[in-house]
Amino acid sequence: MQSLLPLIPFLPLLGFLINGIFGRKYFSKTTVGLVGSAPLLVSFLLSLAAFNQVATSGPISFSLYQFLAVDSLQVPFGFLIDQLSVWMMLIVTGVGFLIHVYSIGYMHDDDGMWRFFAYLNLFIFSMLLLVMGDNFLMLFFGWEGVGLCSYLLIGFWYTNVEFGKAARKAFIMNRIGDLGLLLGIFLIYKTFGSIQYAQVFGQLGTLEIGAGVVTTICLLLFVGAIGKSAQIPLYTWLPDAMAGPTPVSALIHAATMVTAGIYLIARCNGLYSLSPDALHVVAIVGLATSLFAAFIGLRQNDIKKVLAYSTVSQLGLMFLALGMGAYSSAMFHVTTHAFFKALLFLGAGSVIHALGGEQDIRNMGGLRKALPITFWIFLIGTFAISGFPLLSGFFSKDEIFAHVYDHGGASWWALASFGGLLTAVYMCRLLYVTFFGDFRGTEDQKHHLHESPAVMTIPLIILAGLSVVGGLLNLPHFLHIEPASWMAHWFAGNGVTGASVIPMGKIGIDASTEWMLMGIATAVALAVIAVGYVLYSKPANLPVEDAELSGLSKLFANKFYVDEIYVALFVNPTARLSKMLHYYADVWGLDGVVNGVGKGVMELGGYFRRLQNGNIEYYLLGMVAGIMLLLLSVFV
Amino acid sequence: MTLALFLTLAVISVITALLVVLSRNPIHSVLYLILTFFTIAGLYIMLNAQFLAVVHIIVYSGAIMVLFLFVMMLLNLNKDTEPQKSIYWKVGGGLAAGMLLVTLVGAMRGGIELQASATPDSNVGLVENLGKVLFTDFVVPFEIAGILFLAAMVGAVLVGKRDLKL
Amino acid sequence: MLEAVPIEYFVYLCTLLFVIGVFGVLTRRNAIVVLMCIELMLNAVNLLLAAFSTYLSDAQGQILVFFIMVVAAAEAAVGLGILVMIYRNTKSTDISLLDQLRN
Repeated sequence: MQSLLPLIPFLPLLGFLINGIFGRKYFSKTTVGLVGSAPLLVSFLLSLAAFNQVATSGPISFSLYQFLAVDSLQVPFGFLIDQLSVWMMLIVTGVGFLIHVYSIGYMHDDDGMWRFFAYLNLFIFSMLLLVMGDNFLMLFFGWEGVGLCSYLLIGFWYTNVEFGKAARKAFIMNRIGDLGLLLGIFLIYKTFGSIQYAQVFGQLGTLEIGAGVVTTICLLLFVGAIGKSAQIPLYTWLPDAMAGPTPVSALIHAATMVTAGIYLIARCNGLYSLSPDALHVVAIVGLATSLFAAFIGLRQNDIKKVLAYSTVSQLGLMFLALGMGAYSSAMFHVTTHAFFKALLFLGAGSVIHALGGEQDIRNMGGLRKALPITFWIFLIGTFAISGFPLLSGFFSKDEIFAHVYDHGGASWWALASFGGLLTAVYMCRLLYVTFFGDFRGTEDQKHHLHESPAVMTIPLIILAGLSVVGGLLNLPHFLHIEPASWMAHWFAGNGVTGASVIPMGKIGIDASTEWMLMGIATAVALAVIAVGYVLYSKPANLPVEDAELSGLSKLFANKFYVDEIYVALFVNPTARLSKMLHYYADVWGLDGVVNGVGKGVMELGGYFRRLQNGNIEYYLLGMVAGIMLLLLSVFV
Repeated sequence: MTLALFLTLAVISVITALLVVLSRNPIHSVLYLILTFFTIAGLYIMLNAQFLAVVHIIVYSGAIMVLFLFVMMLLNLNKDTEPQKSIYWKVGGGLAAGMLLVTLVGAMRGGIELQASATPDSNVGLVENLGKVLFTDFVVPFEIAGILFLAAMVGAVLVGKRDLKL
Repeated sequence: MLEAVPIEYFVYLCTLLFVIGVFGVLTRRNAIVVLMCIELMLNAVNLLLAAFSTYLSDAQGQILVFFIMVVAAAEAAVGLGILVMIYRNTKSTDISLLDQLRN
């Protein structure tokens, strides 16, 4: 069994190589799709087998070879498959496989399909390395790899300059975060003498709570997470990343890559528990992002942009959970979010596919008759994210809110719940405007409306099913339904250091309070769904053209002008500095020196050339002068 | 008396040399040069270099200068066709020559210890003595000089040919 | 007889004649006159050599004068031959026209 485990990341890598080398000329489009998706299926099955093994006999750890051996820094190319990483592996390969199958249909008309699947496989490989690694360097290796693949896939349609700029923006913002991550890893090495999880987390007992170096490490790692998981202030790349094809948005920017930050903090939960200050910062940033993005999402008119801001907001909620010490709740929300957000994105992709590329919801409407399957799955996804009772999102969000109430008090809970309210509002807005009412597009589009083919709808249905039943994974205790808190127990299993991977958290509030919180949230969600239905069935309430916006609406629609602020604060001065340096250092300085030397030599040569003018008189004069100099030098 | 003779000859030679350089008509230059050679021959006789004096007159005044005159007549040069340099050149040349003079004189005065023997032997310039030294110590250069003349003759004839068919 | 004339006088005289020759070479444009000035320079040297030979009672100086005369004669002959050739080509004896070897 153990010898098969390296296949899990390396099969997608093989898929990348095969599709990359042969995909362009030798494979048909179906073959490309199969070659791309088959490794994922095999990896998923192997991950299930690994899950089984971890469940019975605990974590597996092995290494392939010694990656780095420098003085006291020993870094193996090693894998640690414990409760946390195998769970992430299942999500990545499982949801990834469904999205790959979907892409076979979605990208069918694109000539670059071979590239698409090659990049997707490379992405899966990097993400698996990230979650399967047993030391921080492997994590970083995967971290950078997914950043690279994100760049490649966002700018997939590279002939469009704007898409290329969006890809660059994503990569650069990621790099800003990566600086923090790298500094954190350096500090870990300096403090603990090693960067392997087993050794770092094994030494946590020697540190005291609130130690300065631990807080610094935690904050630096969090900076990396901010960049990768799109929190304030490094979130603006995620909405722009919608320039990539929709399956990319679903896989990378909803289900897997952006959750790498959460995985990082969950993996280092031991470190974070030692530093309440860092946790406080994480919570504040998470809550602020959650609300901020929700406001912006209220007034977006591009179907994918709404979902993008929703992703940012939900990630904020996950960080809020982490900040409250509820690491396994955050992982639970990661799981359910992967299900319904991927579902929503793929559903949006289905809509876009049906309308031939239209993404503005003001030109949609009444699609539920023409696209029934898409409508129903989108409905399920919307209800799940809004917290409709008994769907998966309901349980995960409620658990987070309960922890917030417990650790932060009523004020934090109120703000978090307000964020939940806004989520329901903008998601219902999206649902009603897109699928209800009258069709507002062109006649041409109306004629071409058609439901997506089976290769696209079957993954949608599977994801919808998971969104419905996903809540069973971690039912709260107070409902007295078994198995309760299965996921929390799973993560509390013993890891490679002998301690729990993620210790069980205790909720300090009693059952009646929990019932009350759940009741309030449910009531709010149902109210929003009902009010929204009534509100958006009136044409007067439909989203308006950009020119007619004013006041708060305009502020939200323009994303609080954050992009413009960044351009003015960072981009323009850097560009000016770069131009200035280019002029002074490069053109004036270096070129000047190099060209100057050349010119100087030529001038000197030209000067000396004039001595050889053929005039005998000059030569004679030269001779006399030379003799004189000779005499002077010898006799005087 | 010797000194007066020397000074006279010296002054004449310098004046005629200057006239060689400064006169416009090239024929005049040639004639002045012949005069200069004669004065130098006189100075040779003063030094009791008899053989040299005679050879000097025969070779230089009698052959070389005649050759120059022949060429001048052949080319029909006179004052009108004489090209002149600009004044800058003349001044510059004069300056260069003057500086060379100063340098040489300075070198002579400063660097060289001139030792003249108390009684210079006046018999050195006699034909008999000169011949003895020439044909014993310097016989090889003497023969080579003959070959040199042969080469010069062949060369001069070749250079002067109108067409190059040998 | 020659005790009255110090050797330095001969040195100065010959230097002066030499420098006049240099002046002529630099100043004149007629090729023949330039050749004549070269002869003048050679003669100045000859005179000095002969003077030293007498004053130092050494015959080698006068032998060297002899050889210098040999060379001077040969050189004058060949030089004039070349000059005639140039005159045939450029119809002039102006040395400033002989600048074909420039650049």
